[in-house]
Amino acid sequence: MLRTLGGIAMLSGLLVALVYQVTLPIIAENQRVLTEQAVFRVFPGAVSKRDFVITEQGGLAPAVDGASATLVYGAYDPAGRLLGAAITGAGPGYAGPVKVMFAYDPGCQCITASKVLSSNETPGFGDKLDFDPEFLENFKALDARLDTAGAALDNPIETVKHGTKTQPWEIDGISGATISSNAMGQAANRAATLAVPAIERDLAWLSQPN
Amino acid sequence: MAQLPNIQENLSADTFLRGLWEENPVFVMLLGMCPVLAVTNTTMNAIAMGLATTFVLVCSSLLVSLLRNWIPRQVRIAAYIVIIATFVTIVDYAIQAISLELYAALGAFIQLIVANCVILGRAEAYASKQRLSATFINSLGMGAGFTLALLSLGTVREILGNGTILGFGLFPADFQPWVVMILPPGGFFVLGAWLLLFNWLRLRKERGARELLGASANAR
Repeated sequence: MLRTLGGIAMLSGLLVALVYQVTLPIIAENQRVLTEQAVFRVFPGAVSKRDFVITEQGGLAPAVDGASATLVYGAYDPAGRLLGAAITGAGPGYAGPVKVMFAYDPGCQCITASKVLSSNETPGFGDKLDFDPEFLENFKALDARLDTAGAALDNPIETVKHGTKTQPWEIDGISGATISSNAMGQAANRAATLAVPAIERDLAWLSQPN
Repeated sequence: MAQLPNIQENLSADTFLRGLWEENPVFVMLLGMCPVLAVTNTTMNAIAMGLATTFVLVCSSLLVSLLRNWIPRQVRIAAYIVIIATFVTIVDYAIQAISLELYAALGAFIQLIVANCVILGRAEAYASKQRLSATFINSLGMGAGFTLALLSLGTVREILGNGTILGFGLFPADFQPWVVMILPPGGFFVLGAWLLLFNWLRLRKERGARELLGASANAR
């Protein structure tokens, strides 16, 4: 009895280890292509990207392979000039977290594009976060200016009720998809609060062509 | 000791076809309802889930059938679960390697194939007693039947709930999709409608057979 069970367990262990070894590089490559596509989507002119992590001192450092911390992706045009940095954040949606990638442009100190990376929002409602033209208008120049100390956002990004947007740091919510639009606002605020101070601090070094 | 009756099945077309129609795991046996209701909101998800389940079903049934004379009765369920879990893990990695988007769409339901009663049921009721060739054909038929059932749910739900099939639009732009169909309740509606249809067909056939019998009895 023990011999049979042991045999089956060994066989299964062998099979799983084999498949894991074979698929590991393919999965890593898929992951890389997927993030690269997202970065190039929020920065349409970009042709290359570099990965950075936010250090404990509040600056940026080149990411080493297998880093699990929040990554900041520098996006560069064909001439090697910095277009901006892609930053990610998550907010609580209607059915689990909504993970979003934003394009941060240091030139205007604002968010210029967005792309939902993953969400479980109700089909037909959640999709609007990525496709509703009126809603996307919010992310063409969403103010993410730092305060004078350079450690936090001057005005926190927040979602307001549909049709009541007055400030450049406010997001005009989608009527009928309030929770999803709020999640988007929180994701933007978290992403910017975390990454923008670090980006601005190391901007000179970040924009060096490679 | 009395000789057990010979339960080894002889290979025939029925070995395969039974799983598709007569013993369809979803529409007749009502097994494996969890993935049937949860991941059939698009045709693509239904195909992927059906193929993944078929792969696990065929591979684990083959191994169980191969080892049927060595696995002691007392620990057979544990052995079956280990075998099934192995192939589920393999499928899990394979889908991640094929497409991460698909993997995200199917979510936890890939890992939950381990607990799919279609597979454990096949191992216990068929593979542990039958020859390798019969097991292969029969489990392939069951897998095809399961995939077919998922597909018939997924296609209807995607067409009604999203107005598309495999992502291609079917209707003019002003078509208002019936969103409830891709939400969980839609799964129950569509499954109920299919069951209604299949049971109606079955009853009609039975009634036809009875009337035929009655007619021949009267004629005598």
